[in-house]
Amino acid sequence: MHETVVAQGLIEVILGEAGKQGGRPIRAKMSCGMLNAVNDEVVRFAFEAVAEGTVCEGMTLEIEHKPLQARCRTCDSSFTVSLSDARCPRCAATDFELLPDAPLVLDEIEFEKD
Amino acid sequence: MEKVNVGARILGANEQYAMKNIELLAQRKQLCLNMISSPGSGKTTILVRTISDLKGQLRIGVIEGDIQTDIDAQRVRATQAPAIQVNTQGACHLSARQVYEALGKLPLDALDAIVIENVGNLVCPSALELGETGKIVVLSVAEGDDKPVKYPGIFAKSKALLVNKIDLLRGGLVDFDLDRVRADARRLNPDIAIFPLSARTGEGMGDWYDWLGAQVRQSRL
Repeated sequence: MHETVVAQGLIEVILGEAGKQGGRPIRAKMSCGMLNAVNDEVVRFAFEAVAEGTVCEGMTLEIEHKPLQARCRTCDSSFTVSLSDARCPRCAATDFELLPDAPLVLDEIEFEKD
Repeated sequence: MEKVNVGARILGANEQYAMKNIELLAQRKQLCLNMISSPGSGKTTILVRTISDLKGQLRIGVIEGDIQTDIDAQRVRATQAPAIQVNTQGACHLSARQVYEALGKLPLDALDAIVIENVGNLVCPSALELGETGKIVVLSVAEGDDKPVKYPGIFAKSKALLVNKIDLLRGGLVDFDLDRVRADARRLNPDIAIFPLSARTGEGMGDWYDWLGAQVRQSRL
């Protein structure tokens, strides 16, 4: 349940932004890499729980999973790694370097303003 | 309706402490490994044996993460090595802040390396950066050889994989295909160092010690 930490982080950022913007947050979009092990359903569940009683209650949360990238050590091309069949799509080599996984980022918030 | 681009790090609070730990360790040129595994894989037993076997060669300090009790810290302290117990009170992982505070309690000047024994869990601890030099994952043979495929995140992020309890493989007590684990782990992470060992019998521990020593030397550069 590290998703609880993710949910708390989301609420903190949204509340901070809501204070600056004024208005009610309606929707937020976050993104994360493949290795963060973020389960959408669990994050949403944790988010609802943490949001209760705050201005974030009832918000919609959109989650984008960014694919894992690697660089082939044989032909030097960059490619998206499939966790079930990790090989370079250009030369089929299996010797590659994983590039840093995308961090957990809150990309955008939609506010309803009077 | 108004859309605002934020681009804020969701785990920013944790990352700030992770950065402090990175700076502290870099300044001191000290190795700090974050040890992750399922509960019961033998993390503490590996640590206790490593500390005892390397006595006089490598001084290791330990940060013990557990939901409750200081049983593990006591086991480490029995070897005379310093250990700081952190109880997470239900949380399934250590945070960078907890590690920052624990680092402040360890006698860092008297240590060559620090090992963080994270809370037993193959998923959550891999999502929280602690500012460590590197992660190591432990898998015991009784857990099954499908773990790298089922929990790819931690195997992709780790510098080394310690396959523990290989003494159980003799006599056919468990079905575990070591070649499969090697192949699956390397497919995700071609650079991962793999050490089949038994902390109980001592078998295979030498290669792990050599690797650990090399990591300490590399941190000092």
